[in-house]
Amino acid sequence: MKKYILSLLVENHSGVLSKISGLFSRRGYNIDSLTVGITDDPNLSRMTIMINGDEQILEQINKQLNKLVDVIKIQELSTKSVCRELALVKVNNNETSLPIVKDAVEYFRGSIVDLDCKSLMVEITGFEDKVTAFIDYIRPCGIKEIVRTGITGLERG
Amino acid sequence: MKVSEVIVKCLKEENVKIIFGYPGATVVPLYEALRRSDIKHILVRQEQASGHSASGYARTLGTAGVCIATSGPGATNLITAIATAYMDSIPLVVITGQVRSNLIGKDVFQEADIKGATDSFTKHNYLIENAKDVPRIFKEAFFIAKTGRPGPVLIDIPVNIQEEEIDFSYPEDVNIRGYKPTIKGHKGQIKRAIEAINSSSRPLICIGGGVISSNAKEELEEFVNKSRIPVVHTLMGKDGINYDNKYYIGLIGSHGFSYANKAVSKADMLILLGTRIADRATAGSNFAKDAEIIHIDIDPAEIGKNLGPTIPVVGDIKNILIEINKEIEPANSKDWVHELITMKNAVKNNYKEEDRANPKVILNILSKIAGENAILTADVGQNQIWSARNFNIIKKRNFFTSGGLGTMGYSLPAAIGAKIADESREVIAVMGDGGFQMSFFELGTISENNIKLIILLFNNSGLGMVREIQKNTYGRGNYHGVNISKNPDFIKIAEAYGLKGKKVFFNKDFENAYKEAVESEGTYIIECIIDQDESTF
Repeated sequence: MKKYILSLLVENHSGVLSKISGLFSRRGYNIDSLTVGITDDPNLSRMTIMINGDEQILEQINKQLNKLVDVIKIQELSTKSVCRELALVKVNNNETSLPIVKDAVEYFRGSIVDLDCKSLMVEITGFEDKVTAFIDYIRPCGIKEIVRTGITGLERG
Repeated sequence: MKVSEVIVKCLKEENVKIIFGYPGATVVPLYEALRRSDIKHILVRQEQASGHSASGYARTLGTAGVCIATSGPGATNLITAIATAYMDSIPLVVITGQVRSNLIGKDVFQEADIKGATDSFTKHNYLIENAKDVPRIFKEAFFIAKTGRPGPVLIDIPVNIQEEEIDFSYPEDVNIRGYKPTIKGHKGQIKRAIEAINSSSRPLICIGGGVISSNAKEELEEFVNKSRIPVVHTLMGKDGINYDNKYYIGLIGSHGFSYANKAVSKADMLILLGTRIADRATAGSNFAKDAEIIHIDIDPAEIGKNLGPTIPVVGDIKNILIEINKEIEPANSKDWVHELITMKNAVKNNYKEEDRANPKVILNILSKIAGENAILTADVGQNQIWSARNFNIIKKRNFFTSGGLGTMGYSLPAAIGAKIADESREVIAVMGDGGFQMSFFELGTISENNIKLIILLFNNSGLGMVREIQKNTYGRGNYHGVNISKNPDFIKIAEAYGLKGKKVFFNKDFENAYKEAVESEGTYIIECIIDQDESTF
């Protein structure tokens, strides 16, 4: 099993998201993450879907997605693509955690975006494994809440 | 112009002459527009039948069938028919009424999310949000249903939108960014396929429903006769080739003939034409074990889904066969064809020597005496397999059945659609007592519209195929929920609808009953009383 990232250009109207996610569940394919947002053309949305599978599954997903009338273009993002995930992590704020988090934020090039006497919130951006590494590193400080956007990406050039 | 009138205009632009439907409150404006048009409306007795009848109609004429139902239960009753058409790639345009736009999502009376419900078994579906989109959506719906790999398209229209006023102009062209089916086969791939065929020594053609939906029967015949390659078929491919073709072998799969399956396992080259090679077609693990595979299909997703690797050729079969026929050379297949035909001829039928009505014997008699343009619609269960194995396709005959979804209650409404599509065809609806009771309300539609069918009902007082599975799995007598101990008198039911019929207890009586049925003015039911233990094979 391997991870693949698909970038889809789809029609921007109601029901499209459920058609696409429904196709995955009906055919038993796993979605690791799915992000969707508008593009410069208001009639189009771009979806970035990270899936788990092998070459054969990937080929079938590609072909089945292509059959959907609302799907205009599918591109498999190569390793050369720029892929990013955003995470917001709320961590306990105390004497021991603060220096650890500050260090980590510096190394991982994140930023502290909220702070009060009990907790602090970090914004971290990067490929999925970088975000995971950051979270693993600060886990001992006591994580209160996490939200991750899932991967979004674009081919270079 | 009111949108309801615009819809009728769109249907006229698409050359729709017949609609199968069942009205309700949310399609009343549309029905008013239909009332004032010359489009004929056939009132069915339950919405599911409108979809199946539209399917029989579509299959007979090679066009899209149209059916209408109201919102909520009307639409949900259609679901089985839509899924049936989807599995068999039958073009339908399904119109459903929807509650008022401003009430959608409020769980009002007769509201159901039919668009969401049919996502996974429509080729495409629409919920109309703006009146001005109506002409474009109808144009697209017919285009999508009929082109590429055909299938059902649903249009859900809120009742308030049907009352709105818009200017009508029907788009001349369709331009859908996400829908560009490949019609022409790739030249290089076709060349590769021909080279591979020429270098094989035991080539075999396997055809599926795609040959029929691309209207490629003639091109296939030319291909077969030129290349001298023997042909097997799936259930859906049955009427893609005539039985009397000298390269015809037979039905493959779990319910096919052993010699046809042997042919597949012995072949060193298997040419798949418009078949998805579904589970029922690939009985056993020996399927094409020694064969190189060429897969020709209009739907690229079917290539490599169930079988691979292959030499893929994506495109319309008719188109591709025309190209192949220009280049193909006769195979040196004499010994191979001889081997297969010998194997086929060595199999004797295992019909019991008895006088009592036997479905296999009767379907063999039917095959000999039915018209050369007959359409046989088979229901699901033992009657489907008996029909597939014993009714032979000659001349212009057709065989319609629910091959993919396996929907009981399909054959009667499908036969109605077929007969309405072409009155000159002899239409025979074959079913069991189970399937008949899922659809016999359509006798009302039949008698009301003077539709002339021959209904061949095999009565074994139960659900024979399931009973057989229970017997084979758990032992004789361990039946549960499969015996129908209180069947009504089916002939009396026919009579109640003003139709005639006859019970047949002996094989020798069938031919006369059939003649009577053919000569009868209206629909005629031949009810054959058969042995409960009669096996599928």
